[in-house]
Amino acid sequence: MDDLYRELIIDRYKNPIYRGVLDPHDISFEDDNPLCGDHIRIDLRVDENGIVKEAAFEGHGCAISQASADLLLESIIGKPVEEIKAMTKTDLLDLLGLELGPVRLKCALLSLKVLKAGLYGLGEADDDLVE
Amino acid sequence: MDAFNGFDVNKIRADFPILQRDVRPGVRLVYLDSTATSQKPLEVIQAMDQFYRQSNANIHRGIHTLAEESTALFEAARDRIAKFINAPSSRQIIFTRNTTEAINLVAYAWGRANLKEGDLVILTEMEHHSNLVPWQMLAAERNLRLEFISVTPDGYLDLDSYRKLLDLNPRLVGFAHMSNVLGTINPAREIIELAHRAGAVALVDGAQSVPHFRVDVQEFKPDFMAFSAHKMVGPTGIGVLYGRKDLLETMPPFLGGGDMIKRVHLRSFAPNEIPHKFEAGTPAIAEAIGFKAAVDYLTRVGLDNISQHEHHVVEYAMDRLEEIPGIKVFGPPAADRGGVVSFTLQGVHPHDISQILDSDGIAIRAGHHCAMPLHEKFGLPATARASFYLYNTTAEVDQLANSIYKVKQIFGS
Repeated sequence: MDDLYRELIIDRYKNPIYRGVLDPHDISFEDDNPLCGDHIRIDLRVDENGIVKEAAFEGHGCAISQASADLLLESIIGKPVEEIKAMTKTDLLDLLGLELGPVRLKCALLSLKVLKAGLYGLGEADDDLVE
Repeated sequence: MDAFNGFDVNKIRADFPILQRDVRPGVRLVYLDSTATSQKPLEVIQAMDQFYRQSNANIHRGIHTLAEESTALFEAARDRIAKFINAPSSRQIIFTRNTTEAINLVAYAWGRANLKEGDLVILTEMEHHSNLVPWQMLAAERNLRLEFISVTPDGYLDLDSYRKLLDLNPRLVGFAHMSNVLGTINPAREIIELAHRAGAVALVDGAQSVPHFRVDVQEFKPDFMAFSAHKMVGPTGIGVLYGRKDLLETMPPFLGGGDMIKRVHLRSFAPNEIPHKFEAGTPAIAEAIGFKAAVDYLTRVGLDNISQHEHHVVEYAMDRLEEIPGIKVFGPPAADRGGVVSFTLQGVHPHDISQILDSDGIAIRAGHHCAMPLHEKFGLPATARASFYLYNTTAEVDQLANSIYKVKQIFGS
């Protein structure tokens, strides 16, 4: 637990760098975690070469879900969309440096699900996206 | 004051094996989530174990010794539960999987036979999803009208809004006897009396009341009442629908299959008598026997003792929590509530509170507690909820408060 709430997570929860809205944007997607009501919306600007130039998120939820979104967006800026589409659960957990039980895993993964559903242009985010 | 009238919380705790476990080495379990499900005393576990070792057989059909024994035990459980809520007859006790299934039974069997387009069903804004969604589903199918008794900012049902709705000729009024979020104990007798005067049938969700205080159906006269064993020191997988006899007898069956029939032909069947008419297929036999042991246990401890003890613990909990800066407690004062306290802490999501409390062995619930509309009403995505039962102590409340201070420290709030 003490690892779970290490300084990085608390800091990015309280002082997120990528919180906000991009208007206009090239891609936008939002979804909820029905278990706990966590909500994440992600906006992206992508250039003509398919590189993510800017990213922002809005939402509410626990420290894990919100810090995860902030750290995820930080990691994808400057990356090609095709590379981001290949990201998995393991990549995100490496980013967070956390080991999580099944319930909290859903909090952490919400941002990646939303991001990938947006990139794939899907109607809804589902768990298979991050396996 | 954890002991009175021969009630001694430490003796009670010794009856529950799980309360002796450590959540991790050296960290003893502090279980404050009985509103979700209660823990089980050894005698409930043993009753079920004994059944499987000694008497296991299917009920109602076999003519061998084990079938006779298991049938007798199963029906004795029904009789015992009828007595527990003072039902006039054990034929009015229908075993279901849980409260949710019992409410679905009313919606499907009674609702489909009795409600037509435009008919009004009154529910409340503090309902558990189990007493909302079945009616929403039926309303979509039958084009019913749903209206809701509103909840006041301090967590009471607004009975003036109820009285206005009663003028609209409702067919059914369904409400939680006690809110699983706010802890509010609703004035069931008055709500039911008003429903009856308006010609409506009254359905009580007793999931949070029957386990915690004395509920006598002949005293407050619900037409239907649903409750679950697992919230009252019994096993999961079994619950009860109590119903008025004339209603049950005229309702069509719910699920079809074995045991619910009198005769079956290739193209038709004749339904069995109540309660069997509503119990298709092999029921949860061991669980019924565990349920009886649970009711025996609660009766021996005394429901009045249990509610007095819980009241004492919840009053102490509200005092301790309300003195913590940044905490907001929802719902009425301790005098009008059962053993449930839902709260938020400024700047910290309930999931994070719950996670940090878990490191101290404290189990609370975080989320919307299957009452999203109520949380929407209060403008909250989620709350943290501590709930108390006969085995909780004021010392555990102190641990809860200390651990919340730790949350504040970690989050710098």
